[in-house]
Amino acid sequence: MRAPDWIEISPAGLRLRAADAWIDPARPVARALITHGHSDHARAGHGEAWATPETLAIMAARGQAPAVPHPLRHGERADFEGVAVSLHPAGHILGSAQIRLEGPDGTVIVVTGDYKREADPTCAPFEPVPCDILVTEATFALPVFRHPDPEGEIARLLAARAANPDRALLVGAYALGKAQRLVALLRAAGHEAPIYLHGAMERLMALYAAYGVPLGSLRPVSGAPREELSGAILLAPPSALADRWSRRLPDPLVAMASGWMRIRARARQRGAELPLIVSDHADWDALTATIAELSPREVWVTHGRDDALVHWCETRQIRARALHLVGRDDEAD
Amino acid sequence: MQRFAALLDSLSTAPARSAKLRLIGEHLATTPDPDRGLALAALTDGLALPAVKPALIRALVEARVDPVLFRLSHDYVGDLAETVSLLWPAGDPGHHPPTLAEAVAALRGATRASAPAVVSGLLDRLDPSGRFALVKLATGALRVGAGARLARVAFAERFGLEVAEVEEVWHGQEPPYQALFAWAEGRGPRPAPGEGASFRPFMLAHPLEAPEALDLAAHAFEWKWDGIRAQAVSAGGARRLFSRDGNDISAAFPDLVAALPDAPLALDGELLVRGSDGAPAGFHALQQRLNRKAPDARLLREAPVFLRAYDLLAEGGEDLRLLPWEARRARLERVMAALPPDRFDLSPLVAIADHGALAEARARPPHASIEGLMLKRRDSPYVAGRVTGLWWKWKKAPLTADCVLLYAQRGHGKRSSFYSDFTFGAWGPDGTLLPVGKAYFGFTDEELKWLDRWVRDHTVARFGPVREVEKALVLEVAFEGVAPSARHKSGIALRFPRIARIRTDKPAHEADTVAAIAALARP
Ligand SMILES: [Zn+2]
Ligand SMILES: [Zn+2]
Repeated sequence: MRAPDWIEISPAGLRLRAADAWIDPARPVARALITHGHSDHARAGHGEAWATPETLAIMAARGQAPAVPHPLRHGERADFEGVAVSLHPAGHILGSAQIRLEGPDGTVIVVTGDYKREADPTCAPFEPVPCDILVTEATFALPVFRHPDPEGEIARLLAARAANPDRALLVGAYALGKAQRLVALLRAAGHEAPIYLHGAMERLMALYAAYGVPLGSLRPVSGAPREELSGAILLAPPSALADRWSRRLPDPLVAMASGWMRIRARARQRGAELPLIVSDHADWDALTATIAELSPREVWVTHGRDDALVHWCETRQIRARALHLVGRDDEAD
Repeated sequence: MQRFAALLDSLSTAPARSAKLRLIGEHLATTPDPDRGLALAALTDGLALPAVKPALIRALVEARVDPVLFRLSHDYVGDLAETVSLLWPAGDPGHHPPTLAEAVAALRGATRASAPAVVSGLLDRLDPSGRFALVKLATGALRVGAGARLARVAFAERFGLEVAEVEEVWHGQEPPYQALFAWAEGRGPRPAPGEGASFRPFMLAHPLEAPEALDLAAHAFEWKWDGIRAQAVSAGGARRLFSRDGNDISAAFPDLVAALPDAPLALDGELLVRGSDGAPAGFHALQQRLNRKAPDARLLREAPVFLRAYDLLAEGGEDLRLLPWEARRARLERVMAALPPDRFDLSPLVAIADHGALAEARARPPHASIEGLMLKRRDSPYVAGRVTGLWWKWKKAPLTADCVLLYAQRGHGKRSSFYSDFTFGAWGPDGTLLPVGKAYFGFTDEELKWLDRWVRDHTVARFGPVREVEKALVLEVAFEGVAPSARHKSGIALRFPRIARIRTDKPAHEADTVAAIAALARP
C-alpha cells in the first residue's frame, strides 16, 4: 500500500509536499488546512489557514485565529502547487468540512475529518464525495456503537423534566456543536421555554445564532433566581457538572449528552443520572455504510478505534491502514 | 421485561442509596403481578434460575457477529452482558417483547439442549437494555450495586412497613411474593413467618463512647469474637443459617447446619472456623469459607466452622425475645449442654468488677480472635436493630473503620501482576463515597489473590494502571489516627492504614461515614 508521492503521512498529520501544507496539524505550522473548529483539529498559532468561513469564525471566537485566514466556501477550489483542494460538508458541526484533494496524478483523496450522516439542524448535511482513498475518522468504530435517534433521546430528557418539575435539569454537553444541536433539537421537539447556559457556552451560542441557526430564548445561569431554574433545562460543559458551580442549583438532575453514554461505565464515570446518547460522530453503521457507498480503493483511518474498522475493511476486500495520528482527542463528543 | 430492564438502567446511574430505594420502591408499587414479585426476587438473589454459562452466550454471539469484532468490542466494553446487549442484531420489530414472567418461565424450562434456542429466541425479542437484563439474569450475574437487603428495605419503605417485620416473614415466602404484596397493600393478612426455619432480625450494639459513665452492675460482659454474626435456626424439620443481613447462607455451611438439632430453636452467635488447636482460627480462615458458595469436602475438613452462641431467640416453638437477657442466657446455657460441642459452644461471660478491670479487659483480651468487648444490659429484651442504651460494643485498639473499596492499582515488584494498592472511602454528608486513604498491606497472600480477582470482576472503569470498581466491597481498615487532608475531598486521611480484613458480610451502605471517622481523631 503506497501513498501517492504528493502526500506525506506522519504521526503529526497529513502534509501536501509541494505546498508544505498540513491537514489538521497537531502543532502550529506555516500553512494549514482545517476541517473544523474542535480544538484537536483547529490549533492556535498557525501562519496561514484555509477553512470554511464558519470554521475561521469559530477559531477566532476561541482565540485560535491563524495569522492569515483564507476562507474557502464549500465546493470552491484552491490550488496547492498542483493539488486541487476543495471543502465539502461533513455534517459534524457548524462549518465542518471534508477536504477533497486531487493530485497531479489524478488520484483523489478525501479526508472526512469528524463527520456524521444524521440530519442536524445546525449544519449542512454530509456530502458523499467519490474518491480513490478515503481518510476516515473512527471515533465510534466498534459495532457496540449504534446511536439511537436523537429525537428519542430528547424525548427522554423532556420526560425527565416533566417528572421532576422541582429539579434543575443540568445537561453536560460540549460547548461547540453538541450544545447548539441540543438546543435546536429541543426547539424542534416543541420545547419553547428559555434554556439556561453556563458562562462558557455563551459566546459560541451567539456565534451560531449569528450564522442563522434558530436557538430561541437563551439566558445565562449566573444571576438567574433559583426558583426560575427549577424545572429548567441548563447546559454546561462536562467539566462543570461536578464542580462547585453546580452546587447552588436546585437539586440538579445531571444528564450528559454524548455518544460515549452508550457504555454504562462511561455514564457512571461522568456521574450522569440521565445518560443521553447524542453524538456528532458517525456510528459503526454509518462509518461502514459510508465506506461501502463510496467504495474507495483504499481506506486510511485517522483516529479512534482503528483496529476494528481496518479489520472490517479487510473482510470486505478493501485495503485499509491505521495512520496513528497523534494529538486527536476522541473523547470529546 | 422492558420495565425491569429500565429499572436496572436507572439503578446503574442512580447517584445515591436514597435514589435507588425510591426507584426500586416505585417499580414494586407500579408494576403488575407477577412481574414485580419476580423483579423483587431478582434483586434479592432469590430467582434461583439454572445458570446459563457465559461460554454459551459467547457462542451465540459469535454465530451472529464477526468474532474479531466481538473480541474487540468485549475488550473495550469489559462486561459480557453489556457487549452482547449492544452487538446482538436487532430483531424483527413485529415481535413484542416478553414480560419478565415469560422470560423467567422460559429460562426455567430450558434444558442443556434447548438453552441456546431459548436464550437467542428471547434476545431476538428485546432491545439493548432488555438484552442486558436478560443476559444478567440468565448467567446469574445480576449485580446492580443493590444488595438483597436494599431491595427489602425499598419494599418496606414504599409500603410503609418496618424492615424488621418484612425480614421476619421473608424466608417463608416464595417468588413472586403475592401474599407479601397483598399484605403490603392491605389486601391480605401478614403472612406467617413460615412453617420452616425463619429469620429473626438481629439485635445490634452501639459503639461505646463513655465507658466511665456505664453502670457496671446493670451489665453483663462478653467478648466480641472476630467472625461473622450468624443465626442458626431449626424449626419444623427445616434447618437454616442466616447472615446478618438476613440472607440464607445454609448452602455454604452444610457442616454446621447438619449439626443443628431437630428440636426447634433459634441461636444468635458468631460463626468461626476452628483452628487445629481447637480455638477460633483467624478471620482469614473464615474468609475462605465465606468465599465459597458450595464448599468441597477438603475445605470442610480443613476449615470446619462452629457457632459460638451469644443468645437464644426461640426454643421449642416459644419466642424468647421479650424476656430479659438474664433469663435468655440461663436458657441458652441449658440448651447448649445438649448440642454437639464441636459445632456449638457458648460465648463465655467475662467477670468485670470495676472500671479498671473493664479497661484492662479491653486492652488485653486473652485471645487473638477477640475484637473487643460486648456490654449488654442484664434486663435487655432482644430487639431488632440498633437500639440505644441496651447493648454496647467496645472495640480493642487500634482504631478501625469500615470503608468501601473505590479504586485499585497494580502493585510493584513481585506484586506487579496484582491489584494490590487499594484506595477506599467513607460516606460523605451528601451520600457519596469520598476517599479517606490508601492501603498497600495488611492482607495475606490468599486475600491478595482474592482481592485481585474481585477487582477484575467488578471493574467499572479503567484509567491506565488504575481500575475503578463497583462500590460494593467493604474493607475493615485499621489505622493509627486521623489526619486532616487537603488532597482528599473528604478532608481527612487515615494514618498508617492497613487492611485488617475483608468484610464480605457487610453491605457498602453500612460502611462508616467520614464524620464518624473524623470523630476518632479526637484523643
Ligand atoms: Zn470534531
Ligand atoms: Zn476529532
